[in-house]
Amino acid sequence: MAADKPMVVVDDLHVVYRVFGGGGDKGTAATALLRIMGRKTRASIREVHAIRGVSFVAYRGDAVGVIGRNGSGKTTLLRAIAGLLPPEQGNVYTDGEAALLGVNAALLEDLTGERNVVLGCLAMGMTKKETKEKYQSIVDFSGVGEFVDLPMKTYSSGMGSRLRFAIAASKSQDILLVDEALATGDAEFRVKSHARIEELRKDAGTVFLVAHNLEEVELTCNRVIWMERGEIVTQGEDVIGIIDSYIQASGGAAVERDPVTGARVHSRVTAKA
Amino acid sequence: MATDDIVAAAIAPAGLPDEPLAEFAARYGLRPSAERPTIIRYLHSLWLRRHFIMAFATARNIAMYTQARLGQLWQVLTPLLNAGVYFLIFGLLLKINRGIPNYLAFLVTGVFVFNFTQRAFISTSTVITESLPLIRALRFPRAALPLAYVMIELQQMLLSMVVLAVIVLVTGEPLTWYWLLAIPALLLQTIFNVGFGLAAARLGSNVNDFSQLLPFLMRTWLYVSGVLFQIATLDIKREYVAILQVNPAAIYITLVRGAILQTQRASQPGAQPYNRQRCEAWQHLKNPTDWSAYCHSVTDPSHYWIYGIAWAVLALIIGFYFFWRAEAKYGRG
Repeated sequence: MAADKPMVVVDDLHVVYRVFGGGGDKGTAATALLRIMGRKTRASIREVHAIRGVSFVAYRGDAVGVIGRNGSGKTTLLRAIAGLLPPEQGNVYTDGEAALLGVNAALLEDLTGERNVVLGCLAMGMTKKETKEKYQSIVDFSGVGEFVDLPMKTYSSGMGSRLRFAIAASKSQDILLVDEALATGDAEFRVKSHARIEELRKDAGTVFLVAHNLEEVELTCNRVIWMERGEIVTQGEDVIGIIDSYIQASGGAAVERDPVTGARVHSRVTAKA
Repeated sequence: MATDDIVAAAIAPAGLPDEPLAEFAARYGLRPSAERPTIIRYLHSLWLRRHFIMAFATARNIAMYTQARLGQLWQVLTPLLNAGVYFLIFGLLLKINRGIPNYLAFLVTGVFVFNFTQRAFISTSTVITESLPLIRALRFPRAALPLAYVMIELQQMLLSMVVLAVIVLVTGEPLTWYWLLAIPALLLQTIFNVGFGLAAARLGSNVNDFSQLLPFLMRTWLYVSGVLFQIATLDIKREYVAILQVNPAAIYITLVRGAILQTQRASQPGAQPYNRQRCEAWQHLKNPTDWSAYCHSVTDPSHYWIYGIAWAVLALIIGFYFFWRAEAKYGRG
């Protein structure tokens, strides 16, 4: 392991969000005036310490699952790895660009699917030529068909998320960060999107996967990081062991496993790509 | 096997190497992910995103009007209605001219040109907070966002200019070769708006109070930039007049007026040899309106293009540098 090439090094990372108007007083003009008179300026800014001293190294070929309860800092960790949030303390080092899988924020619901495909591709940093080349395969993959001429707000939620996934998954990355809720849409599309992520995983040097579907993590990841309140509880390559203790800690029923392979006896994943 | 166990023990339990992580990362050539790029690299990555900037601007412009039945027509109707309001008040109701020939054309030109800077400034001041989801999802040079917003306003401005041209011709101004000068004037104003907008974007990103204050700042700026009257007619010290006349908004307004309004070129102070009697007549009676040409000009009109260029370059350099300094921090919100 030590001879492998590290792709992501996270060194004692701290991330702090600043929230304006996060309470402290009733938020009326009178309390604001009192605050200014009392020279307690900026009392309404609350700091949220989302990541508190996280360190780990991920190597080429690793698929790292990040698990933990809601609000444990999983998404923030991915954003920090992608360089989208500045560290308060410590640092994140990467070999090449790390990118989140997702373009939702760049798309405009009022516009047609066609325009959104182009806009999304350009937003992800593709050239005009690449966008043209990828266009048809994105539309085909999403299966929206002739609806591509209609505004995205007219799409059913499944159709919309299929198109969003198709755009986001059209570009391969050095370091791929995948944040939950991948397998949206109907059963057929779920199989298709799993296959696509598997392809991206092969292209990418390293993959991070945040998922509440623990079985998905078991099947795709060779390492797991378990986070709680912005800190790492455990991390390591004993994926099944860590997931089982996470399930126990959250009060879930133990998973029945095949004693030899460790695979789940009652698998809920219909098809593995 | 035995050595493997020892290695495993050395890096267990967290699997971290036993040297400082920063050195470890440096040894393998890893770079900090939230590092601010150098200016040259930043400009290069911005250049690579030029198609995104234009596509984003066009997309937002289209999306802005999709809810309205008349759709894109509003892009033309908005400036037209704006002009209509001024025509109603100043053309039909008040009949004042403040000592200015073809006052309606003078006024509408000023309003449209000032609006371009005002709208660009106000929209860029909220661009970072508005685009936070985008900033937290995708990696791209953040200057692309204020740039795209200025491009949106430029597209609007170009349509406004078509409306303006029609109005100006209807009020009796001739179509001359001077009109071509409006193109470099607007180009300079656009560059100025980009620089100014970059600065506004950074200011608006961390000082929430800034956007509350902005409408008042903009209205003050409107009144001191000679949109509604000639700055030279203000009863203040000549030095103050000079300062107001060379402020960037006044410069771009004056340059565009000089390009498309024959009456402005002819009545500009200094356009005729100084004639005290006529100048004083104009100063006191404001009539005949074009006798202002017989007065001395406070600032030299032949320098206005130099001021226009200087403001544009200065704003761009300072605005860009100021915005770039905080590049890595915009995601924090």
